[in-house]
Amino acid sequence: MIMEQNNYAICTQNLNLWYGSFQALFDVNLNIKEGLITSMIGPSGCGKSTYLRSVNRINERLGYVRIDGSVHVFGHNIYDPAVELVQVRKKIGMVFQRPNPLPISIRDNVLFGHRIHNKGQKFSKPEMEEILEDALRQVLLWDKVKDHLDKKATELSLEEQQKLCIARLLPVRPKILLMDEPCSALDPKGTAAVEELLWDLHGEYTVLIVTHNMSQARRASEECIFMLHGKVMEHNATEDLFVTPKMKETADYIEGRYG
Amino acid sequence: MFEETELIARNKRIQGLYRTLLMMVTILLVLPVLVILATLVYKGGSIISMEFLFTDPVDGMTAGGIFPALFGTVWLVTLALLISVPLGVAAAIYLSEYAANNWFTRLINLAIINLAGVPSIVHALFGVGAFVIFFKFGTSILAASMTLAIMTLPVVIVATKESLQSVPYAFREACWNMGATRWQTVRRIVLPNAVSGILTGVILEVSRTTGETAPIMFTGAAFFLPFLPESIFDQTMALSLHLFVVATQVPGVPDALPYGVALVLISMVLLMNSLSIAFRIYLRNQKKW
Repeated sequence: MIMEQNNYAICTQNLNLWYGSFQALFDVNLNIKEGLITSMIGPSGCGKSTYLRSVNRINERLGYVRIDGSVHVFGHNIYDPAVELVQVRKKIGMVFQRPNPLPISIRDNVLFGHRIHNKGQKFSKPEMEEILEDALRQVLLWDKVKDHLDKKATELSLEEQQKLCIARLLPVRPKILLMDEPCSALDPKGTAAVEELLWDLHGEYTVLIVTHNMSQARRASEECIFMLHGKVMEHNATEDLFVTPKMKETADYIEGRYG
Repeated sequence: MFEETELIARNKRIQGLYRTLLMMVTILLVLPVLVILATLVYKGGSIISMEFLFTDPVDGMTAGGIFPALFGTVWLVTLALLISVPLGVAAAIYLSEYAANNWFTRLINLAIINLAGVPSIVHALFGVGAFVIFFKFGTSILAASMTLAIMTLPVVIVATKESLQSVPYAFREACWNMGATRWQTVRRIVLPNAVSGILTGVILEVSRTTGETAPIMFTGAAFFLPFLPESIFDQTMALSLHLFVVATQVPGVPDALPYGVALVLISMVLLMNSLSIAFRIYLRNQKKW
């Protein structure tokens, strides 16, 4: 079992989660492979976002959440009392449905995480500029914004904002990127741009992406998880899951027979 | 096909009627403010001059200026805010950003709302008991300012809390997800974006505090003091109390004098309010989300 936990980026065993008396996750066992893009699909309320949010422990802010089971990230149980929450958040970045750039300049957005995690250390201006440029280049945004880095991030288009939200995670050197429907506020062109970016990040980061858009899951992921009513129904290579689903429920969902 | 029918005509008449009615009521509400201002300017405007503002009252307060009272009010209000704003903002940050939503927090919130409803004369008696007698500050600027501070505290807390909570939750989530602590989030993102709301609340409190009479009457404001206070342990005159005194307590005061004092008082308040509005507009244009 220990061996198994070490081999995966995220390894969940018998994860049950309750919001008050409502059970949202039922015995979720999932092994997410390092360096791959894994997508999660399923109808609204099936627990995919809840699962995502329990991987970086942002769920527990709501006082009425109760969790049972374990979540190991690179072999470490992140619910262990000795685990420092700030470190968890550093290693596991999250991108939200609605782009949420901070109401400060593009430059400050990207350097925000870097600054708070390197308090007291002096970085020279060229070093900071390099971090800034690296991050923005990785999300394919550098050429667009390099001439107005001091502009407010909230003035960018939604697509650019979402890319910026990914860029600002990178200087902190995360291992895993969690994305909660990152394209649902974007138009098709923006969606395509973010998907292109996903493939660029592929390999270096482990990406777990929740999506409502089945063609997106099919285009932009290597493995796919189908959830229904808080349970994992099927987890397989994306192509196999879409072409030869093992479960009847999966087949019904990808053919559009569920909400 | 598109012509007016009997029913439509009737509905339009009714709609016009209600529009007129609602407009009249609104105008009626604004009227008292205009009448008060006009009366004050008409009856007291003639007495206002630089000399009136910057000289001492003479002849048993029936002539001369109001400088000690003006000076005292500025002192009292400034000191009261220096005490209540840091305390109030700190409490609001705790309640909005840190406190769990449990019975204890709800109890504190309830207490704050009730504190806001306590009549000012009760605050005055509390001030006498606590600051004048127990802490032995005597009747002094310090005791009066602290009484005013206690009185303004709930409003500062509520205004600050509301402006903190108007900062979108998504900003906090974004910070936490980069591993920022609560304090880093508050300090770098939430507070800078709430400052305009906090300042508006504070400035509105300035105008209210300026006019308060009861809380300072027993704790530090003097009936008549022909010289300026030298420290915060001295008593002082104050505009609001001075107005009460010249209007009701002193015989032989020329008609224009109390109106003049009232005009100065209300001008200070209006000036403060306009500043607050201008400032809020300025800061609102600064932020874009």
